Amino acid sequence: MEPIRDIAVVAFAQSDHRRTSDEHSEVEMLLPVLHEVLDRTGLRAGDIGFTCSGSSDYLAGRAFSFTMALDGVGAWPPISESHVEMDGAWALYEAWTKLLTGDADTALVYSYGKSSPGSVRDVLTRQLDPYYLAPLWPDPVALAALQARALIDAGETDETELAAVATRSRASATANSHAQLRGSVPQGDYLVRPLRTGDCPPIGDGAAAVILAAGDRARELCERPAWIRGIDHRVEAHSLGVRDLTDSPSARLAAERAGAFERPVDTAELHAPFTSQEVVLRKALRLDDSVRVNPSGGALAANPIMAAGLVRIGEAAARIHRGESDRALAHATSGPCLQQNLVAVLEGDTR
Amino acid sequence: MPEVLKAPLVVEFPFTRSLGPVQSAFLTGLREQVVLGVRTADGRTLVPPVEYDPVTAEELSDLVEVAPTGTVTTWAWNHDPRRGQPLATPFAWVLVRLDGADTALLHALDAPGPDAVRTGMRVRVRWAAERSGAITDIACFEPYDGPAAEPGGHDGRFEDMVTGIVAPARLDYVYSPGRAQAAYIAGLAEHRTVGERCPSCHKVYVPPKGACPTCGVATSEQVEVGPRGTVTTYCIVNIKAKNLDIEVPYVYAHIALDGAGLALHGRIGGIPYDEVRMGLRVEPVWTEGGRHPDHYRPTGEPDADYETYKEML
Repeated sequence: MEPIRDIAVVAFAQSDHRRTSDEHSEVEMLLPVLHEVLDRTGLRAGDIGFTCSGSSDYLAGRAFSFTMALDGVGAWPPISESHVEMDGAWALYEAWTKLLTGDADTALVYSYGKSSPGSVRDVLTRQLDPYYLAPLWPDPVALAALQARALIDAGETDETELAAVATRSRASATANSHAQLRGSVPQGDYLVRPLRTGDCPPIGDGAAAVILAAGDRARELCERPAWIRGIDHRVEAHSLGVRDLTDSPSARLAAERAGAFERPVDTAELHAPFTSQEVVLRKALRLDDSVRVNPSGGALAANPIMAAGLVRIGEAAARIHRGESDRALAHATSGPCLQQNLVAVLEGDTR
Repeated sequence: MPEVLKAPLVVEFPFTRSLGPVQSAFLTGLREQVVLGVRTADGRTLVPPVEYDPVTAEELSDLVEVAPTGTVTTWAWNHDPRRGQPLATPFAWVLVRLDGADTALLHALDAPGPDAVRTGMRVRVRWAAERSGAITDIACFEPYDGPAAEPGGHDGRFEDMVTGIVAPARLDYVYSPGRAQAAYIAGLAEHRTVGERCPSCHKVYVPPKGACPTCGVATSEQVEVGPRGTVTTYCIVNIKAKNLDIEVPYVYAHIALDGAGLALHGRIGGIPYDEVRMGLRVEPVWTEGGRHPDHYRPTGEPDADYETYKEML
C-alpha cells in the first residue's frame, strides 16, 4: 500500500555512547543531541509539530522519568507530545502515523537510556512474563545464549562465525566516533556459554534524535531526504518455548509489510545486540553478502538501551543523506530473543 | 565543578498478581507435584500453559497432565549465577519439552559442568522441598536416565486453588543527580540555595535541572537565590503522614525565594497555621546536620505586593 503522504527522516543526531555518564542527568545528556538535530534543519524547538520520545523507567529507577527529559524540548507553552516506554524506533513509528494523518508536518523523535546507574542484566528481567519467567531472573544474556545454542545445534552458525560477526562490527565502528567499542576487541571469556563477552553488546548510556518531515517540507529541510517507503512492526509469542528460536517470523513479516523485499537494499542497519541475532536476522530479512550490514558497527559497538533501535534508523537515514546509500533497511528490536521487530525501508531520490 | 555525587537507590516491591483459571491450575499443580499443560483446538499441548492460543488467540481451558520428565531442546551454561536465579551454584539454563508436551518450559538444570549437558538429553523435575504454588516450586531439573514418567491424568481441579502470587522484586541502582542538581545539593550543604539562569529568557530555575523547559536550552550560569522568600500559595495539611514527626495541622507552601524565577515548596513554621497567607515573607530554618531547610518561618517584614509574585503562582 502506498503511504498517503511522503514522509522522510531529514536529520539525525546521537550522543557519544559511553559506559557511564555520572556527571550528566538524562536531560543534560539529551540536550546537546536535541540541539544538534534541530541545528541540522534550522528548526527551533517551537517549530516542531509533534514530539515523541522513548525511554524506560526501569533503567532510571524512577516513575515517570521521561517527564524530566521533556524539559529539554521546551515543553512550555504546551506542545503536542507523546511517549512510548520502548525504544525510540517505536516512538518514530508513532510520529510517522501522526504525520500520515496530516495533523503535523514535522516531528521530533528522541530517545535515551542510562544503563549505568543499575544492573541492566537484572533490570531487563523485569520485562519478562511475571508468572513463569521473571521469578527465575533469567537475564538477557542467558536468553540470547539459549538462542545461540539453538542456532549452533541447527548447524546455522558456530562460535567462530559468531566471533567474525563481532570482529566485523567493531572494525566497521572504527569509522564511527560515537561508538562505545571500536577497533579490535578480544572475543573474551564466556559470559553465558556459548556467548562470550565479545558476542554481547557493551552496556552504556546514550541518546539519539531524528526529525521527520512530510512532502515539500522535507525537501526544504534536507538536501537529500531519506524517504520512509514503508515501516511495520510485529511481535511474536512471549514464551520462548513456543517459538523457533532459529528464525524470526515477526522480523520477516514486518520487512514484507514494509516493502523490503520488493527491491534489493544496499545497506542494512540491524539492531542485533548479540552476534547470534545477526545470523537470525540475515536469514529472516533475506540479506545476502551484497548488502552492507551495520556500517556503523551496530549494537555490538554501542547499545544504549531504548535508543539503539532509533540509532539504526538514524544511521541508515544519514547514509542516504550523505549519498552513501540509495535504499536502506533499518531494523529495531525489543524484548528477549528478538521478540518484537520493527523494519523501515528508507530511500533517497534518484540521482 | 563539584565531585560527582552518588547515592544508592533501592527499588523494592512485592508485586501481588492474580492468576487466571489456567495459570491458577498450573501453579496449584506444581504445589501438588503435578505438571499441567493446556490443549489447543488442533491437539497441541502447551507447557507452561497459557490462557490463549499464541497462534489463533482462541481461549484455552482444556487442562491435561504431562510427565515430570522431558528432553532439553536448547541450553546455555551459566557459570556465574546472579541474585534470584534458581541455583546458587553454576547451572545450565534449559528449555525442556516435557513428555506429553509440544512446547518447552524455561528453567535451570543442575549439572556438574557444561560437558554434562547437551541438547536432547533427558531430564526430570526436582521439586522444591517447600512449595507454595509458584514456578519456583520446581527447584530445577536434574539429569535423568530412566523411562518417561507416566502422567497421572489429572484434570486440573484441586482443593484450595492458588489464586495469586506475590513476586518480590528488587533492583539496585547508584543514582547520580547530574551536574546541575549536584551543584544545588552541594550548595545546600553550605546552607546556600543555588539556581541556574536561562541564557535565553533569563529566568532562574531552582532547583536547577540543567535545562530551561520554556526555551529548551541548557542552563549553566549559577545564581544564588534567597535566603528570604515569599509564600505564593499554600495548603493546610490535616492528615499525619506515616513516619513523619510533624504535628498536624501544618502548612505546606510554595515559596518564591528572592531572585528565583519559580517557587519551590517547603513547610511553614513559627506561626499559627491559620495565620499563613499569600505574600507572607519567610526565611529558611536549618537544623543541625540538616541537608535542606527544615522549614521556613516569618521574617517579620511587611507582606510582599501581589504584583511581585503573581507570575510565579
